Amino acid sequence: MKLPALRTITTEAKLLLIGIPVLLWTMLPIYHLFLFAISPKESAFAGNFWPDHPTLHNFVVVFRQQHYFLSHFWLQLWNSLVIAVATGALTLLIATGAAFAISRVKVKGGRLVMNLALFTYFIPAAFLAVPMYRTMGLYGLLNTDWALIIAMVTIASPYAIWVLKQASDKLPYELDEAAVVDGASTLQLFRLVYIPLMMPSLVAVGTYALLLAWNEYLYAFLLLSKDTSITLPVALGNFLSADDSPWELLMTTGLIYSLPPAAIYYTFKRYMVSGLTAGAVKS
Amino acid sequence: MTTITVKGADIITAPAKEPMSAQQVWGLILIAPYLLVFFAFVLYPVGYGLWIARHPVSYVKLFDDPIFARSVLNTLAFLIIGINLKMVLALMLSGFFAQQRAWIRWLSVIFILPWAVPSIPTILSIRFMFNPEWGIVNHLIFSLTADDGPNWLNEPTLALSLAVLTHIWKSLPFWTLILLAGRLAISTDLYESASVDGATNWQKFRYITWPSMQTLYLTCTILSMIWTLGDFNSVYLLTGGGPADLTHVLATLGIRYLRLDEVDMSMAAIVCALPLVLPLVFFMMKRLSK
Repeated sequence: MKLPALRTITTEAKLLLIGIPVLLWTMLPIYHLFLFAISPKESAFAGNFWPDHPTLHNFVVVFRQQHYFLSHFWLQLWNSLVIAVATGALTLLIATGAAFAISRVKVKGGRLVMNLALFTYFIPAAFLAVPMYRTMGLYGLLNTDWALIIAMVTIASPYAIWVLKQASDKLPYELDEAAVVDGASTLQLFRLVYIPLMMPSLVAVGTYALLLAWNEYLYAFLLLSKDTSITLPVALGNFLSADDSPWELLMTTGLIYSLPPAAIYYTFKRYMVSGLTAGAVKS
Repeated sequence: MTTITVKGADIITAPAKEPMSAQQVWGLILIAPYLLVFFAFVLYPVGYGLWIARHPVSYVKLFDDPIFARSVLNTLAFLIIGINLKMVLALMLSGFFAQQRAWIRWLSVIFILPWAVPSIPTILSIRFMFNPEWGIVNHLIFSLTADDGPNWLNEPTLALSLAVLTHIWKSLPFWTLILLAGRLAISTDLYESASVDGATNWQKFRYITWPSMQTLYLTCTILSMIWTLGDFNSVYLLTGGGPADLTHVLATLGIRYLRLDEVDMSMAAIVCALPLVLPLVFFMMKRLSK
């Protein structure tokens, strides 16, 4: 009776021996971010693991835009939001139509379009950044919201189309046939049968595109440069240009900026994990 | 009269030849927006980029730039060391998270945080942790050893290693989850009968887990390589390519040349990366179109 108990204890101990380092490794940079946000500058720079006097003062400074680097905080937050929402909506619009055309209508050349989209998806976005930047300049879109929205839609839609196509291939064709027998036009089939059935995947894809745009740094920093037009991540990057950056304010802003995507991720986790990752590497 | 009948015949035969023509038209209308995006914002920029990079002299200049050779080496180190380390860790951790315990389920919720939050704030947080004067790491080293810690981000090897670790920190949860899904798909009957036969844990892994996961593992490794090649943030926001441009990778090199106003070299650097990228891309496309 004693032996199995001892064995359970050693197994648990071994698991804890992995679990504790995993927890520390995961949380350290995030805790450090949080620590700076609630610490006065001197305390944060002194390397304390907990401030003597935790404070929300940094948040007040950020919300009231009381620092040179933060003079457009609310506007930049708004820019991030507009660009993320617009990217999510436009990606959904474009990808749903394309996935329906490829998977249900079986439009001629659909397979080729799917392969082109997949190819685009696999080319690292950082490699496309410089030509995209020049092209946006030629189109006269630089420094407008549209430049970043279109760039993000371009990057998000190939994967969106692929995920939606995988999901729509699984819908039974009898549904389409029944609707056509009842006299539904292609557009009605799309609106009244296809869209409602695809809802879970549409939520996943919309969220994916929205988070992609909200989190984007490289394209945002290339395509936007005016203080009033940049998004929050570019503003965070700009903090680095000063020698005596107010790091406690940078971390506070970064924490505020991280909260919405984390909340969205955990809310839609079910959809995200099943909708996005299932097909991605299952082979 | 004859013309009218010919027209009439056309109207009748046209749908007979293509019975779904109205549907096809709608299909084309629905796919057109993506095609527009593709031609205007993928094909045109790529063609334009290749056009900029057409002069052989750009490549001569590029190969003469020591930073380019250094970036290629850094990228290879990033890929070979970073990704293998990450995938082996992910494989081992997927075994850990497969254990049925309430606290491990909670830990897995926390574990996904680096993937769920945007990379910029956390990378900047890591950057300050390793600040030589005020960073928490060197404060800790000083209080333990009474010696000054290293100047982390000012030594090329250390700085690049930290960039690799930052990349691993960010993407390890994602790959662990994918491999965990693969592990949980294996029938538990196999493990039970192996236990009855007295198999050790290592034998279970070697003869049950690994054979059913090796294809998934390979696919994940290739996909991770492609994504890592495009990982701009981990290097750029942590080291900025410094010190002395010694920690650039191919993803940040293009931006460096753009800043120096040498767009032709920026494009040439990307063209030089294609022999590395394209085989991986074709491998993935074959996998996915199966």
